[in-house]
Amino acid sequence: MADTVLTINNINKSYGDNLILNGLSLDVHKGEVIVIIGPSGCGKSTLLRCINALEPIQGGEIRLDGELIDGNSRNIAQIRQKIGMVFQNYELFPHKTVLQNIILAPMKVQKRSKVEVTEEAEQLLERVGLLDKKNSYPRQLSGGQKQRVAIVRALCMHPEIMLFDEVTAALDPEMVREVLDTMLELAKNGSTMLIVTHEMNFARAIADRVIFLDGGEIVEEADPEDFFTYPKTERAQKFLDTFEYESVKHHDNEY
Amino acid sequence: MQALVTDLGFDVLFKGTNFTRLLGGMWVTLKISLISVALSIVLGILLGVVMTFKNPVTKAICRVYLEIVRIMPQLVLLFIVYYGSARLIGLKFEPEFAAVIVFTFWGTAEMGDLVRGALQSIPKHQYESAYSLGLNRSQTYFSIVIPQTIRRLLPLSINLVTRMIKTTPLIVMIEVVEATKVARQIIDANRVASPNAAFGLFFVIFVLYFAVCWPISLLASHLEKKWSN
Ligand SMILES: Nc1ncnc2c1ncn2[C@@H]1O[C@H](COP(=O)(O)OP(=O)(O)OP(=O)(O)O)[C@@H](O)[C@H]1O
Ligand SMILES: [Mg+2]
Repeated sequence: MADTVLTINNINKSYGDNLILNGLSLDVHKGEVIVIIGPSGCGKSTLLRCINALEPIQGGEIRLDGELIDGNSRNIAQIRQKIGMVFQNYELFPHKTVLQNIILAPMKVQKRSKVEVTEEAEQLLERVGLLDKKNSYPRQLSGGQKQRVAIVRALCMHPEIMLFDEVTAALDPEMVREVLDTMLELAKNGSTMLIVTHEMNFARAIADRVIFLDGGEIVEEADPEDFFTYPKTERAQKFLDTFEYESVKHHDNEY
Repeated sequence: MQALVTDLGFDVLFKGTNFTRLLGGMWVTLKISLISVALSIVLGILLGVVMTFKNPVTKAICRVYLEIVRIMPQLVLLFIVYYGSARLIGLKFEPEFAAVIVFTFWGTAEMGDLVRGALQSIPKHQYESAYSLGLNRSQTYFSIVIPQTIRRLLPLSINLVTRMIKTTPLIVMIEVVEATKVARQIIDANRVASPNAAFGLFFVIFVLYFAVCWPISLLASHLEKKWSN
């Protein structure tokens, strides 16, 4: 396998007495797309937040390119710029235009020239079909458009790995597609991605590896085809069944 | 025409130095409010930051301070500071100085609460999305938090400023000679010659206050519209 970008080694994370991640380990290789699924509250968001040092961990370690990720270290900002993160609720900066949102960090953090960053930002916006919105404010965009801007904003920092936390969960159904297509395009171009999602069909299509998280542990780790057709563990089977059940019920109501 | 001017009491304005005296009174008002507003903004920003601390002692102190300011009529505060200062610490404050103290005491509390509210209204996710782009703490504050705080704060604090200016006539009660006091002096002096002077003089004061507060109000609603959301 190719080089390892991210190493998560036996981490523990708890809130008070509540153990959320229990000795979790995971290696992410360059160009790999990993989809993390699991029941609500199993710690998917927490895992992504730990990787970005937005939450402290109580045991184990996380390394990016061999460098320790530690929220208290002085160079944490330097490491964070190599990790792109996209949130469920977009979190664009409301007082800045689309273009300003995108070029802020490359200019302030990476000290790149405004001309060069603007050019790149415009190319990226063009790719996601939003070039004509570059001077709009976030409040003037739809949810799907905001999310695509958030993805572009993270991309423009040239991160080594991108983290996506249920980025379509807050979207109206008809906007989910445009965001997922953007992510599929990234995957095709070789981005390293860690994706938390409840869109099972999408997971199946994009993943190189599926990770099923439950009770703070990795319960199953498999190739997507295998996982979705023959889950090895009972817990994964049950989890997938909940989706089946829901879709059947939905059908019944419709007719 | 001449008759109308006399009937409404405008003639008194042009007698002697009446008009300049009135402007002088307005200047006293403006001076006291501007100094108090400037002090309140500076101290209020500091107070607002302190109010976001989680420390229970500072929290309790700020709370008590705010309640005192909210419960006490400004007039009572004026009397306490002006007359009480002589009794308590044996110092007689100049009335204008006492007025500045009271208005600053009041304005700082209100401004502090506005700053606290604005700071706390910036969602945690805004910080997180800045950090995750690699911005450090000070970059996050200067590029993300402070600009958004100011946008929320400005229209509100401008309203506070006009409220403070409008409350200044209270200070006649501690013998500050401001615009309304000058007007009454002129009215008394001309009671026989121009019995209608009151209307004209207070109309002019109305216009003067309007001239000061209206542009400030306009600015507030303009900014509110511009930065809405
Ligand atoms: N700040 C916090 N303080 C205390 N407990 C928390 C905090 N954040 C999350 N938790 C708890 O940690 C557990 C995992 O939360 P997390 O958000 O990671 O779940 P998730 O897998 O992302 O769920 P979902 O699919 O609903 O988003 C939950 O039980 C949650 O209640
Ligand atoms: Mg979550």
